[in-house]
Amino acid sequence: MQATAANHAWRKIKSALVSALAFVSAILVIAPLGLVFFYLVKSGASSVNWDFFTQLPKPVGVVGGGMANAIAGSFELLGLAAMIGVPIGVLGGVYLAEYGSTRTNSLLRFIADVLNGVPSITWGVVVYGLVVLRFKGFSAYAGGLALGFMMVPLIMRTTEEVLLLVPNGYREAALALGVSRWKTIVHIVMKTASKGIVTGILLALARVAGETAPLLFTAFGNRFWNHSLSEPIAALPLQIFSYAISPYEDWHRQAWAGALVLVIMIFFINVLVRFLTRDRMANPT
Amino acid sequence: MMITPAAPSLAGSIAAKMKPPSRFGDKAFEWLTLAMALAVVGLVFLVGWQLARGSSLAIQRFGFHFLTTSTWDPVAEQFGALPFIYGTVVSSLLALIIAVPLSIATAVYLTELAPVWIRQPLVSLIEMLAAIPSVILGLWGIFVMIPWLRDHPFPFLKKLFGWTPFFSGPIYGVSMLAGGIIIAIMILPIVTSVSREILRSVPNLQREAAYALGATRWEVTRIAVLSYAKKGLFGAVILGLGRALGETMAVTMVIGNTPQIAASLFAPGYTLASVIANEFTEATTDMYLQALFEIGLVLFGITILANLVAQLLLKTMTTKMTSRVAQ
Amino acid sequence: MIETPAALRPSVAHERAKSIMPSSESNTTPLPTFEVSNLSIWYGEKPAIQDVTINIPSKTITAIIGPSGCGKSTFLRCLNRMHELIPRTRIEGKVLFQGQDLYSPGSDPTVVRRRIGMVFQKSNPFPTMSIAENVVIGLKLNGVRNRTLLDERLENSLRMAALWDEVKDDLRKPGMSLSGGQQQRLCIARAIAVEPEVLLMDEPASALDPIATMKVEELIHELSAKYTIVIVTHNMQQASRVSDRTAFFYVGKLIEFGETTEIFAAPKEKKTEDYITGRFG
Repeated sequence: MQATAANHAWRKIKSALVSALAFVSAILVIAPLGLVFFYLVKSGASSVNWDFFTQLPKPVGVVGGGMANAIAGSFELLGLAAMIGVPIGVLGGVYLAEYGSTRTNSLLRFIADVLNGVPSITWGVVVYGLVVLRFKGFSAYAGGLALGFMMVPLIMRTTEEVLLLVPNGYREAALALGVSRWKTIVHIVMKTASKGIVTGILLALARVAGETAPLLFTAFGNRFWNHSLSEPIAALPLQIFSYAISPYEDWHRQAWAGALVLVIMIFFINVLVRFLTRDRMANPT
Repeated sequence: MMITPAAPSLAGSIAAKMKPPSRFGDKAFEWLTLAMALAVVGLVFLVGWQLARGSSLAIQRFGFHFLTTSTWDPVAEQFGALPFIYGTVVSSLLALIIAVPLSIATAVYLTELAPVWIRQPLVSLIEMLAAIPSVILGLWGIFVMIPWLRDHPFPFLKKLFGWTPFFSGPIYGVSMLAGGIIIAIMILPIVTSVSREILRSVPNLQREAAYALGATRWEVTRIAVLSYAKKGLFGAVILGLGRALGETMAVTMVIGNTPQIAASLFAPGYTLASVIANEFTEATTDMYLQALFEIGLVLFGITILANLVAQLLLKTMTTKMTSRVAQ
Repeated sequence: MIETPAALRPSVAHERAKSIMPSSESNTTPLPTFEVSNLSIWYGEKPAIQDVTINIPSKTITAIIGPSGCGKSTFLRCLNRMHELIPRTRIEGKVLFQGQDLYSPGSDPTVVRRRIGMVFQKSNPFPTMSIAENVVIGLKLNGVRNRTLLDERLENSLRMAALWDEVKDDLRKPGMSLSGGQQQRLCIARAIAVEPEVLLMDEPASALDPIATMKVEELIHELSAKYTIVIVTHNMQQASRVSDRTAFFYVGKLIEFGETTEIFAAPKEKKTEDYITGRFG
């Protein structure tokens, strides 16, 4: 009798121990987030000022300057990427959710998921061969294309998911009015799921906004304003990278400032997304 | 007889104003969306084709030796990728050794053990970690993590395990081990969140049955949850491996970028992705560029393989899950 | 269960309905709205409907009753080809709508559905649209652009659905903001906005409270002046209250069809009697 009681106590202690260990693991997993954010603010905040958003980079040795061209360049690249990734991703997601047989769709879904795992640097190499070699030059188009390709499987999967959340009753109601299938999908199903689709697009944009590897030999970077999309263009992550591996103290400070701005941009999108999805949760449709 | 748009029995005022339905619209839209969905297939082939085309000369010239020799000499046009393959594999394995126990323990904590109010905030924080770009983690790695590793944990490890080849030799800071640690940080969120999804898919019936036998929380987790989810968790780990193999920026910034095969984890290394990132724009000769394309092909091959295996493992798990929901 | 007062049935309601929408045609159509002969339907390998033959007269209310899983919903849906949305369905037999074959190769399901409207069990106003948009969406998506016509149909349909007085000041409010019963009447307004000739109703009141149910039943009466109505219900009191004729389905077969009063007072078939006396189902 006593033996079982002791055994029971030991089992309870073991359970508590494991719980504690799991708790410590969770702390360790989120610790890097706190550390990175702490150092971003500590080393970057002092250099984020008006000049940072309005000035071009200054040559080595000249104090000051900013990343205005890189910030603008990042937005231009995201715009180009969205022009590729959004239509392909959204319409592909429509096919997966609304058409196709179970077997084809699970195969396509599978390929999209595998494609999601393709290293981002690979996209840079592919677009280099596809665009840069062919047109003999780095360009904003090439950078946008590389990021756009990356967005396709991301947007496709989220679009599919949110379309499948739309209850069948709405499709039936529209079809019963004699509305054709494609109009039902565009005007009823996609409209109902529009918040979710936008959320998916924003998440994909946030994801590629921080990508550096696909831009290294497509967009290439530019110390000045970009005047034509067929020329090299600066991007925030590229600028952070080249400043970070430079030997100059002042550039390091700029890299931290750029990193802080980039992270704030990305977190802002994520908060926006959370706001959008909370609304959706409150009104389960 | 056919059904015509204008009904004879009705005044037909509305019916007449309604456009006759066009079957073309429906067909065209379906074909359009199908074409877009097929884009994922096209993209896989595009990647494979571009990489193979860009490296065909190098493949012809070096053949299988490309994968088994370790001379990387652009001047003499001698290219062997072994140091990069070694660096990629070792840094990724280090990352798994560090990240997998932490991730799975965290996933267990989040689904089984943590008080309910703390779960959602923790999940949000992990999502935020996932959102930090690789280049920013690399920046932090260079200026914060490397100096700290160099001054504190590395000397300590050397004192303890310096007698093994793995922790011997000079400490520079930038090293294979630092690369492994930074990759581990990069893959923690995805392994954690996929593992969490897997654990959540374990039916409550399993847990209740174990609780009914008087099992403690940990016993329930071990017997009912973990053994049930084994396969899916393995899928999560392989998915993490796929991400680790292809991780570029952060690891490039801390691994030291030296093409060598050294036993010591304190020695600098080089990965497939890093050599592409560093040398691609400097490739002055055609053969050099070809060799880098072939590196890209090798990287694509092994990551596709890892992802295929991972998705297959995860798919069996999720179909089990969805069929359960359907019942 | 609330007993509907007999006063609900009376011709007053009919008169009121007629004054709102003067019927332009005479009621002497000799042709039944639907002539169904030897209809069988399979879902994959599973038969859902077996060899059903029935004539549904126009401008009447026909109720379809039977235990759940008897195929009554499937039958309703093949009257406007909605069952085709479920993959792997197979159909045999003939469905004539005003003498025309619904399933002939030249017949277009979207045209069929414009002429044969449907109201569903669960009220489903489109969540992103206002009350007004919900009503006219069928017209708009079918290419009607004329504002005056749309406004006219909006008011007309809402009046016919006995909803106009309740919502006329809130037309811009979301359709979802209405109560359950109002939502269902909004769905009826949406269905009649495209001026169909038939309304199919799939348990339209089963999710409503007794008072809302009463209103919907009253509305169904009024609508029967202008439309042929086929209503599926599992509620036998409802069938006896609202319908002129009743069809009893059991495991995919039509067991009995006749005047509602006869079916409930003196069923000919043993199975029908068992069902309406509550012995099974």
